Formats: sequence, C-alpha cells, structure tokens
Amino acid sequence: MSIDARRVTPLEPVPGASARTGTDAPAGPAIQISEVSKSFGRGDGALLALDQISLTVAPGEFVTLIGASGCGKSTLLNLVAGLDQPTAGEVSAGGRQVALMFQESALFPWLSAARNIEMPMRAAGVPRAQRRERVAELLDIVHLSAFAGKQPHQLSGGMRQRVALARALAQDAEVLLMDEPFGALDAMTRDLLHEVLEGIWRRRQLTILFVTHEVREAVRLGDRVVLLSSRPGRVIGEFPVEFGRPRGMDDTKTVELAIKIKARLREEVVRHGS
Amino acid sequence: MAADTSATPPPEAAIAGLDNLDAVPRQAKGRFWAKAWSASWPKLLALGLALAIWQLIHLSGYKSQILPGPAQTLPDLWNQLHHALLWQAVGITLRRALIGFALALVIGLVVGGLVSRIKPLRAGVGSLITALQTLPSIVWVPFGIILFGANTTAILFVIVMTAAPAIANGLIAGADYLPPLLLRAGKTMGLRRLSLYRHLIMPATLPAFVTGLKQGWAFGWHGLIAGEVVVIILGQPSLGVLLSNDQDQSDMAGAISIIIVILAIGIVVDMLFNVVNGRIRRRWGVAEGASNG
Repeated sequence: MSIDARRVTPLEPVPGASARTGTDAPAGPAIQISEVSKSFGRGDGALLALDQISLTVAPGEFVTLIGASGCGKSTLLNLVAGLDQPTAGEVSAGGRQVALMFQESALFPWLSAARNIEMPMRAAGVPRAQRRERVAELLDIVHLSAFAGKQPHQLSGGMRQRVALARALAQDAEVLLMDEPFGALDAMTRDLLHEVLEGIWRRRQLTILFVTHEVREAVRLGDRVVLLSSRPGRVIGEFPVEFGRPRGMDDTKTVELAIKIKARLREEVVRHGS
Repeated sequence: MAADTSATPPPEAAIAGLDNLDAVPRQAKGRFWAKAWSASWPKLLALGLALAIWQLIHLSGYKSQILPGPAQTLPDLWNQLHHALLWQAVGITLRRALIGFALALVIGLVVGGLVSRIKPLRAGVGSLITALQTLPSIVWVPFGIILFGANTTAILFVIVMTAAPAIANGLIAGADYLPPLLLRAGKTMGLRRLSLYRHLIMPATLPAFVTGLKQGWAFGWHGLIAGEVVVIILGQPSLGVLLSNDQDQSDMAGAISIIIVILAIGIVVDMLFNVVNGRIRRRWGVAEGASNG
C-alpha cells in the first residue's frame, strides 16, 4: 500500500485511556456539529460568537477552518473538545478521544520534554513501564529522541510544538483539534512540521480539525477548507482541495485555490467595513 | 502510491539540522569551588567594607566612649561563642522560629488555599491579608502578651501573625498567575480535581509559593526577635533576652555581638531559600529570562 507501510506501528490501545477497542473505529462521522450557536454573556451585552454552525467531519478527514478575526474558531474547537458547552445545538465526537493543540505549546515548564509527553498517560493511569515505552515511541515519531531530557525553555518554538504534538498523540486520540499550531513558527520550520503532521495523520488515520488564518496553509494541509464568517461565525463556504498530496505551500495549484479563497474572505471582511 | 515517490526528501534530515542549529548550547559547568568562590567574593568584599567603615567611625571619635570598634567587639563575640549561654540562646530562639514558622506554614496554606479557591473570599480577604503584611511586627507583641501572658505562646503568636500572611499571599499570587492556557491544556489531557492539583496547580504555583515562604520567614524572624526582647522568661535565655540584658548593662560590644549573630542566622537561612529558589527558577526557565510558549 503505502511506502510508509514498514513504519506503521499501531499503538496498543491504552487501558482506561479511551473506550477504543482494536482498530474498529466507531461508525458515523468523527465530528458532528449540528446547528451550534454560542453566545457569551446575557441580555443586551451578549456576544453571539457562533451562529448555527453545522459541520461534519468524516473519520480520517483533514479539515482546515479559516476565517478572519472574530469568527469564533477557537470557541468552536473548545466546544468540540468539550471544554465548553454550546448555547444551542449539538456537538459530538462520537465518543472518540479528542486532543487539543494551541498556538503556544502550553507545555508544563517544570517538566522535561519526555515527562510532558508522559503527562496525559499519567492522568489516565497508564502503568509506568508502558508509559516509558510509549514516550520513547512518540519522541521518535516527532524526531525528538535526542532531546527527551530537555526542559521546554531549552527547546526552540518548533521543537516545543512537536513535543505538544507528541503529548496530544499520547492521549491516544483519534480526533486532533489544532488551533493555529504553527502560527508562531518561521516558514521553514512550519513547512517541515506540515510534512511531519501529514505523515502522522496518514499513518495513524487521525481526524484533524485545523484552524489557521494562513489561507495557503489551509489549502496545503486540508482535504477541505471551510470558510467562516466573522461576528457571528457562520459557515459561508467550503472548498474541497481536489489535487493530490504531497502539496507545497508554493505549488501553483495551492496558490490558485488560495487566491480564490482569499477573495471570498475579503468580501466577508469588506462587509464589516461598511 | 505514485504521488509519494516525488523528489521531496523526507523531512527528518532537515528537521535534525534545524534542531541542532536551534539547540541551546550546553553551558560549561564550573567546578564547585570555582562557583562557590565567584558567589562569595563579592560578599566577603562587602563584609570587609562594612568593617572598614565601622573602624573609620570608631577612629573619628564619634561617641567613642560608648561605641566600640571592631577591635573591641570581635573579641567579645569570640568570647561569647565559647560560652554555653549563647548557644543555649541560639537553640531556644531557633526552636521557637521553627515551631512558629511551621504553625504559620499550616495556617498560611489553609488560608491561602481557601482564599485562592473561593472567589468572594479572594476579593475581600485577599486585600486584608496584604494589609496585614504592612503592619510592623512589634504591634503584635502587646496583643500577644495580653492574650496569652508573657510566655512562649505569645512569641509564637507574633511569629504566626507576621509570617502567615506572607505565606498565604505567596500561594494566592501563585494561583493568580497560573496561566489559563496551561489550565486548558491540563484539562484537555484529562487532569481532573486531585490530579489537576498534583500535576499542574501545585508545581505551577511553586515559585511564587517559595517566594512567599522566604518573605514569611523574614517577617517571622523580625517578629520573633521583637517578641523576645520584650517577653523575658526566666530560665529561658534567648537571643532577644541576651540583647535586652546587654541593653540593661549598657554593654554595647555585647549588643553588637548578638546583632551579628542574629544577622548571621538570617543570612544563612536566606541563602538556603535562595538555593531552593534558584533551582526552581532554573528548572522553570525563568532564570535565563527564556520565554516559554
């Protein structure tokens, strides 16, 4: 099948970490967002962040979300992660384990890279020997085996994001939510992390919902680019990315589609100018 | 898959290259003695300067009848160091300090923990605790004596009243500055209640807490000596009592000797706190001013 077949190392399901059994994924969409609205505050001062958003993400799909400021991207991810409740509508990940990554690595500064990756497994009560084995494996996946003992402040931004990625994978999650994870990185590091992420996504058959404000990044990574309006956030466009992978940020096809999406995005921003 | 065999090399090599370029070079670790020397020579210099200024004042003849120079005082200190009385006093004072500080620690932890968790308390009691910290420690001495009598309990009370607010404040400050993003990250990875405290909130608040401990110790030490100078218990010589005796006998050399002992103990304890603090800060990456995303 894939040239990567040799490197496929399906991890044992972790007892207690999730309800996952074997390789059989639960049936139905990986993420189902139905008519979801979310407002903050009450009465006249209430701010409607999301307005009847509906979005379905299939298992194994890579969906990128894009929008101008105030489109409620982060709010939406919080809802899917279960950190917050919608005001109306329903959000479901079908009982799948969900992991969340942010623009900042949010690593615990007092722990080494390896101990940070270990943390979700400690929270889940995975036995020590098994934890150690999986940490080594995850460090290898993000190419950081040589930096296992380093503290976060000794690592570069890109390395910290890879530790955060490994930590998210340590949750044994099938659904990965990413909130502008590469937004603060330099272009070269970001391009390389795109390749790393794409490889992990493919090998582990993850479902990814990826928020970004960089249109070309959205096209580079997504099977589908979903465009959100601002204040309140609504889905105003979907752009399937029909050409194959691997793609580059500067490929002609990527740029062409990005220009199309940017034009639509601009219309949306102009609407707020009047 | 045909698309996979394109010319793009795997990212590993480039990543390894970038990582090696990004890695913070290992700083050469000096030998223990070299480090100890570089840390202590400025202090020795300052000590020498202080002695020189003292000697100059003595030579200038200012109150020379009353104010002895180092040449008179240091032998007095040396003598006292050879007497059991001073060591007995140091022992009693330190024991009170430890007991009082332990009590303050427990009370500070309970109060700080409650105030940082309960919002209405945070608004009201929080500012009250800060106000308490501005009170000079000596004001608690009459209060303690009236409440408990002129005994050890009164002295311990003074320590608690001065040290506990600082300790509680350290805990509250730590909880206040807990980055919300870390809390969000902790919750998504499944940390709940007890495990959230154990693995996230406690270690995250540790630097602020240790700062509070250090401050609490300093305040408590002030309160303790103030209390001891006033509360004199028969058969229990303490540093405060020795100081008070020297005052009664107008023995300035003796008084300065005791002040030096009190100062030395304060400096040693402060150094211990600094070692702990430095270790934590280095580990957290605060010491180098490194930002952590």
